[in-house]
This record gives sequence, structure tokens and C-alpha cells, in this order.
Amino acid sequence: MQQPRPLTLIAELSYQCPLHCPYCSNPLDIGAEKYRRELETGDWTRTFREARALGVLQLALTGGEPMLRRDLVELCAGARDAGLYSSLITAGVHFTRERAEALKSAGLDHVQISIQSPDPEENDRIAGNRSFEKKIAAARFAKELDFPLTINCVLHRQNLDRIEEILDLALDLGAQRLELANTQYYGWAVANQDALMPSWEQLQRAEEAVQRFRERVGPEVDVLWVLPDFYEDLPKPCMGGWGRAAMVVAPNGDVLPCQAASTIPGLEFANVREHPLEWIWSESDAFTRFRGTDWMQEPCRTCPLGRQEEDFGGCRCQALRLTGDAAATDPVCRFSPHHDRVVSARESAQTDEFLYRAIKRPARV
Amino acid sequence: MTRPRLVTGARLQFDEVRDEHVLLVPEGVVRLNPTAAAVLELCDGERSLDEIVGALSERYDGADLRDDVQGLVDDMTQRGLVVDAAA
Repeated sequence: MQQPRPLTLIAELSYQCPLHCPYCSNPLDIGAEKYRRELETGDWTRTFREARALGVLQLALTGGEPMLRRDLVELCAGARDAGLYSSLITAGVHFTRERAEALKSAGLDHVQISIQSPDPEENDRIAGNRSFEKKIAAARFAKELDFPLTINCVLHRQNLDRIEEILDLALDLGAQRLELANTQYYGWAVANQDALMPSWEQLQRAEEAVQRFRERVGPEVDVLWVLPDFYEDLPKPCMGGWGRAAMVVAPNGDVLPCQAASTIPGLEFANVREHPLEWIWSESDAFTRFRGTDWMQEPCRTCPLGRQEEDFGGCRCQALRLTGDAAATDPVCRFSPHHDRVVSARESAQTDEFLYRAIKRPARV
Repeated sequence: MTRPRLVTGARLQFDEVRDEHVLLVPEGVVRLNPTAAAVLELCDGERSLDEIVGALSERYDGADLRDDVQGLVDDMTQRGLVVDAAA
């Protein structure tokens, strides 16, 4: 098989964050010693250049909260120099007019601001932080400076019924894109599954609202809506396929095929401080382990729908979590012998209480 | 569509790694053939569609590219990648 080229680099600049979202995709051990030593400015800008040489065009500057990096302006300049299209994925609370201007001058291309709910009080309760007003102000600064603006809202049982308010808020704010990201059960979301899992009725109503909005507003706002995995019966090509389209660099320089890959025991992650990115992509254990189709077991190996090159067996982290084997077929698939575990998770017990993301307190999952 | 321009935040670039023109947009990459890239370079919000067709016609030995240009601009508009600067 010809070696694929990556298109996207996800740079997790820091796991520090003022918010405590209960569905955060960061690992549960964000407070661990290994994440304390964040990469230096020069490590990042070199990584950006190496990424471009490998084929990367899109750079996501994320975290945690990327705006907590004091060298963010330099990093944006480095990204532009390297020829990458940069997106800042931020909670918005530190996106002041002054910093926004500096980022614009440095060459930042696009701003994505998260909203936890269109209702200020509910937003602040979900985020575990008083942040709604600052997010709205941040969105307005982004528009004033002519940044293309994406609003991102992670959806779950406790905010899905406000879908119409979310759509209208994005339109009011002048967003070009709205990412309606149904919660994926990795990281902190696993600990909060009972509080987050929506009902089928909620999802259907939301999907209809999205459809009406698209018909009314047209291409002016690009609404991204994807049905959550747990209500599907065929898996999605997680990350566009393992080691096929994207790489994630953790704050300490470890390079992962996806944000949740550190949950897979026995996978070794090479670090940009020690290895060229090209080697990490082509040769490292983590990237070659589940690349292509040779690693597949049944029923993937003889997939009745011939989808091996379409969904690449789905999500490895989900397979691990639900079957105990990271090389198993993603149980979202109706051909998986473990598909019943996905079906039964749809009816998990319901609670409104969150276990908030926190760096100091270890979670029990 | 009177004076087409690229949507806010879209950037044309040549990808030396893949040896092709691309349009970079928020979280997306649109691969372009050389003609499409030439059309989009002229979508600056100043030129009218007629002027774009005229400029390309000069560059390509008088070929009539009106249908191609119109088709591309319509398609890109449908996808939200090109907007009307006069609107």
C-alpha cells in the first residue's frame, strides 16, 4: 500500500484550561508529570515546518486552552511561515481585542470558539466556569477583525433541546461555520456518560431543526451535524483512518494518531524532541500499528459490505473500551459480536450531575 | 453574481508536496485543477464575471471560457466558498 500523506496536524499546545467541561477529550491524567514539560516555541515551529514537508496543510491550535501559551503569536507566525492554514480552537475567555489583533497580524487564519449552551447560566454550569459573556465578546472581536468564525457546540442530553437557540446564536454572531459535535465517549465523557447520553427522540428533533435551518439560511452558514456513534450501526472512519490523515501532538511533544490513543495499553508514542516527524509518521509503532487493513480481525477481515477501506474498522479506542481489545471491530458496527453493548449504552441511567474535568483531582472511571 | 470573491478566510496556495493548487478554508482543503485556480485568483471582489472571462480568454489564446467560469463560480457559490462582493 502506498504511504498516505497527512493533511492535518492537531497541536495540543497545553492541557491547562480555565474551563472544566465534563466531556473534554483530553486524557484523564492531564495532571501527570509527563505533561508538565511543554514543548518550547522552537520545537513547535520546527514541527510545523516538518509537518508541511510531510503534506500537512491544516493546523489546529488547540489544548486545553491554546491561548494560555504566552508564545501563541510567535506560533501563529511560525505556522504562516511554514505554509499552514491555522485555526485557533479556543474557549474564548482570553480572546481579548488586543490579543486578537496580535494574532491576526501574525497570520492566524481562522478562529473557532466553543459555546457550551446558548443559555448563559447553563453555559457556565456545563463549563464549570463563568464564561458565557466573554465567549460572546470574543466572537464579536473575531468578526470585527474579519476572521472567519466557527462556533462549536458539543451536544448532549442536557443542551440538545436548545438546538434552535444554538443555531440562531451562531447566525446572530455571524459564524461562517457551526460545528454541532455530538459528544464522543472518550476522555472525560466516559466518566459522564450517564449525564450526557441523549435519547433518540432528542437527536431526531435536533436533526430536523438543523435541516430546517439549512433550508432557511443556505450556504451562508455551514452547519456540521453528525449523528453520534452510539446511534449508528456502521462505524465512522475515525480520524479519517488510523495514521492516514491526521496527527496529534500532545503538549509534551508525544505524537499520537488520535487524541484518545494514549488509552491504548502498550502503544509507544515517539516524541518530536527525539525524532523527525517524518519518521514518526512512517515508522513509529503508534502510527503503524493499525494503519491499513492487515491488522484487522473478523468480522472486518471479511467485511460483508467491503467497507475495510471506507471506515478502516472504526475507532480503536472505542473497540478497546467496549471489548477490551483495541484490534477488535468497533462495536458500533452491527456485524460486531459486541454490538449489543452499544445498543444497551443508549439506555444508560440518567443523572444531571457532572464529574468536572480537573487537573489536580484524579478521576475514578 | 456580479463581482465574485473568495469567502472570508479562504486562501489560495500551491501545494509543492502534492504538486497541485489548493483552496484552503476553515478546516478544509479543496484541490483545484490549474484552470480552476486561475479563475479563483481573479475572483477578487473587484472584477466582474465578464472581466474574469475576458482576462482568461487573453491568457488562453482567445478561448471562450464563459461556461467554464460560470459553472465553477456557481459551484463554488453553492458550497459557500465564493460570495458576491456587490451583495
